[in-house]
Amino acid sequence: MSNTYHAAPAPLGGPLVTPTTIILAALAGIAFVILGVRFLFGLGSVTNINDGYPWGVWVVYDVVIGSAFACGGYVMALLVYIFNKGEYHPMVRPALLASLFGYTLAGAGVVFDLGRYWNMWHIFWPGYAQVNSVMFEVAVCITCYIVVMWIEFSPAFLEKFGLKDAKRKLSKVLFFIIALGVLLPSMHQSSLGSLLVVFGYQIHPLWQTILLPLLYLMTAVLIGFAIVIFEACLSSSGFKRPLELHLLGKLSKLMIWVLAAYLVVRLADLAVRGALGSMFEASIEAVMFWIEMALFIAPLVILAQPTARRNPSKLFIAAFCLMLAGFILRINSFLVGYETGPGWHYFPSVPEIMVSIGMIALEILGYIVLVRYLPILPGNFNQSAVAAQK
Amino acid sequence: MDENSFGNEVDILALENRLGISRRSFMQMCVAMAATMGLPKGAEAAIASAVATKKRPSVIWLHFQECTGCTESLLRAEHPTLEKLILDIISLDYHETLFAAAGHQVEAARKSAMKANKGKYLLVVEGAIPTKNNGIYCKIGGQTAIELLKECAADAGAIVAIGSCSSWGGMPSTPPNPTGSVSAGEVLGKVIPNIPGCPPNPYNFLSTVVHFLTFGKLPDVDEFGRPKFAYSRLIHENCERRAHFDAGRFALEFGDDGHRKGYCLYKLGCKGPETYANCPAILFGDVGNASWPVGTGHPCIGCTEKGVAFTKPIHELAVLKTVRPPVGFPNIIEDQGKGASLGAAALTAAIAGAAVGAGAMLAKNLGKGVKIDDGESAPKKEERTES
Amino acid sequence: MSINRRDFLKGALVGGTLLASGGTVEARPNKPMPEEALGLLYDSTLCIGCKACVSACKEVNDMPPEYSTEEQLWDTPLDISGKTLNVIKVYTEGTSETKDSEKDGFAFMKVSCLHCADPSCVSACPVSAMTKDPITGIVGYEKDICIGCRYCVAACPFGVPRFQYDKPLPQISKCQLCRHRMSEGKYAACAQVCPTGATLYGKVKDLHAEAKRRSALKPGEPAVFPRGNINTHDQSPHTARAAKYLPQIYGEKEVGGTQMLKLAAVPFEKLGMPKLPERSFASTSETLQHTLYGGLIAPLAFLGVLGLAAKRNMKDEENEAGHDKSE
Repeated sequence: MSNTYHAAPAPLGGPLVTPTTIILAALAGIAFVILGVRFLFGLGSVTNINDGYPWGVWVVYDVVIGSAFACGGYVMALLVYIFNKGEYHPMVRPALLASLFGYTLAGAGVVFDLGRYWNMWHIFWPGYAQVNSVMFEVAVCITCYIVVMWIEFSPAFLEKFGLKDAKRKLSKVLFFIIALGVLLPSMHQSSLGSLLVVFGYQIHPLWQTILLPLLYLMTAVLIGFAIVIFEACLSSSGFKRPLELHLLGKLSKLMIWVLAAYLVVRLADLAVRGALGSMFEASIEAVMFWIEMALFIAPLVILAQPTARRNPSKLFIAAFCLMLAGFILRINSFLVGYETGPGWHYFPSVPEIMVSIGMIALEILGYIVLVRYLPILPGNFNQSAVAAQK
Repeated sequence: MDENSFGNEVDILALENRLGISRRSFMQMCVAMAATMGLPKGAEAAIASAVATKKRPSVIWLHFQECTGCTESLLRAEHPTLEKLILDIISLDYHETLFAAAGHQVEAARKSAMKANKGKYLLVVEGAIPTKNNGIYCKIGGQTAIELLKECAADAGAIVAIGSCSSWGGMPSTPPNPTGSVSAGEVLGKVIPNIPGCPPNPYNFLSTVVHFLTFGKLPDVDEFGRPKFAYSRLIHENCERRAHFDAGRFALEFGDDGHRKGYCLYKLGCKGPETYANCPAILFGDVGNASWPVGTGHPCIGCTEKGVAFTKPIHELAVLKTVRPPVGFPNIIEDQGKGASLGAAALTAAIAGAAVGAGAMLAKNLGKGVKIDDGESAPKKEERTES
Repeated sequence: MSINRRDFLKGALVGGTLLASGGTVEARPNKPMPEEALGLLYDSTLCIGCKACVSACKEVNDMPPEYSTEEQLWDTPLDISGKTLNVIKVYTEGTSETKDSEKDGFAFMKVSCLHCADPSCVSACPVSAMTKDPITGIVGYEKDICIGCRYCVAACPFGVPRFQYDKPLPQISKCQLCRHRMSEGKYAACAQVCPTGATLYGKVKDLHAEAKRRSALKPGEPAVFPRGNINTHDQSPHTARAAKYLPQIYGEKEVGGTQMLKLAAVPFEKLGMPKLPERSFASTSETLQHTLYGGLIAPLAFLGVLGLAAKRNMKDEENEAGHDKSE
């Protein structure tokens, strides 16, 4: 049956300069100015990071959380190309675009956070690379993944510029690229959790476990689901487009099953390690842990009923909660639960926060611009309706 | 305390004639003496008055196992000079080194002075007293030091031991102490005021004597009998090289770079950290700064302290008696890093608020949106286009 | 969707085998300390807090003074930092009257790199900028290789590596046991200037024997304490009375052993030295990595499965598209 959801992707069109895009561009501009100061005067001139907290929001938000938020593409590729759920196909390109920006900017975040960025290439150089380091694996994986995503995404560019031949050649090897596009994030999203293992006792027992890679991988997948729902809702509202509710409904059902599995693993791990008691301490860590758990449990509660899974409002709230949960998990494990020793304080400075905001603004701006300019979103409702009437 | 107020012109003139110094020099001497003793303002007037008007007290000075360094140190005093002291401020009625006479005549002079000033003379003891074999290792005029000391101490108004030897045994008591040398206080069986040092700074002694003259009693002493004005602080606490100690700059060998720059001498064995004395404050010899052992570049040997001088090797490290580390020391835990500034907290709150608020609004709007599955009606026009 | 299920089952089987084989990967044990490892013995009871070591370290490493007071008169660092590789800190309790007394007392602690046998920083560094010398065991830092990611700063259980946040061209800074002076026949400056021998330099096995000797002394017993380099005897020893040592030699077992050993009379935790397990954190982290990625076996196998699935599914899609087109 003719279905608007299988319409070929097409540029959205519409104005590129709007109040929204201007504000976003301004925020991005502010971030660039601050980064200029950072490069001229050092990290300390714009951030509050110190030797007690050497990693601040630039690493924890821009890289760790930012890349997790960019897992929409990973999850969609997994669903569509590995588990062959072709009905989600129209959601692939937009998810991929968001992922592309998310990861590219996470990569940029790494670069401007590095103190001796001019030596960055050492990570990839055989004589220097230290293969036992978790960070080595994360860095190489993320870099390869960014390349892979640009290739995965290139059909959109090739279509726009009518390069049919190139597109055909690419589609012959695309399966391999896609396979990489599922392997690589599985590796590095889990390893972003493994980064913490070497910190040993410096990570609070509520978060330090050998299962960190599994927890991070599962939450990355969950965030991937959530962000797809989130972005679908935003696009629908923002671009005044139809919302693919029945797809999202199925997606959310999958999501809450994975979520349930995650919660079982998380709690069982705490129990086996004897860390359950820690959640009842009178401490900031315990409070943040409860907030984290509440945010993880909320979507299960909200979307338990099938009717709820068809309610756009509930879907959005549940997705938002889950994204926030993943965010809080990472903030907790890297910052709140990082027991660096007494006497140290850290809270991001205003310029530090503005850079992260600017990066987000740049992502959103890029998304809006590319979605209007390239064939990414399924052909718009009006066009299909007109076609259907014919 | 003498009731005569200073200002009696006849007395001043008499004083000037007697002492052969101007009134200004005399007052300067009194001020210096009061300052050395740490006396409050106004004390110099009392001292001046006492010196000007009081009858000169009789002083009997005994020498035992000593090198006469304490007397020699006194001879180098400038304010007052010793001759002014002995001729005009006190009446020195017995002193083996300074007396022209000798033998039985001098001993007779001593006995008669003691009788004449019974209960009022000041007895000064220089040198340690041997006790082994009934003290036969030091005899004057046929009497052992022990006998002599006990005899003279019996009728003394006040007794002061000058120098480390009589204060606690000093050099003669260096282990193995073959003659059984002990301090004057040990012989007399009580703690007597003492001015340790090898030699002591003459002004410590002079100030003590003038205090006695002015106020009729000796100054406040610590539990060992040492006047607090001179012996209540460690050399380490007043040392001019203390900043180098605190900054970790040390001379490692005589003549090396650090030594030439005047760095701390702790590593060369300076006993300043465990020695109570006022040498860095008043120095020696009135020749200007750096005129004390550390100032010249030699580690302090702790000459005032029993158990340090002549017991510990000169280059052995001192035990730090400084009971508290200086205030400017980093603690095990120091506050570091910046917490939330007002701006950052406000910004974060604003972002969180905006995100939650926008999310709530979007959720509400989505709720109002039409079910797309039926596929016919257009979505509601939304106000907000933000993403 | 039978193809999908088959692929999935295949994948599960392969994956399961891999995980099972992964489980038999040997846990990497702690790295052993080299035979001729060099290090320091720091004795808190001998330390008088004179800070000669702080001053000497600054001088031989050309580090700038660090100010923490309003009048910036001399170097007064509060902690090790991008400008300070070594600092002496004080513990005070109550009236702080008695040295080395836990109650109403004070004691000193030297803060500088412990040169672990199995360093977290060396394991964490993605570019081999943190190095462990195979013979001397000294943990060195190569700034020309470093990318400034600060993973070492976060990983070190003792909080040793520090970063220069105030510089546009920053580097990590930490004690390197004066390895740059070895070619001149010199050794760690802190040990060289220490007046009491509180910081002693030499081969770790000899320092360890010395630490054991001191722990066995009776409190108050006069004893001879070496100064400078315990192996070359370049300085005269000095005599002092033994303090009431705690039986623990810090660094003997902590995270697999460290080349700087510490003795004290006040419990180490109160002196800022954390309680640590014997298993190094580097060994746990590396065991995890090797299990998951060793030889790239698991990733490649997973890639194979994914590739197969993707290929089949894309063929399906093409066929579908073909059908659509033909409609």
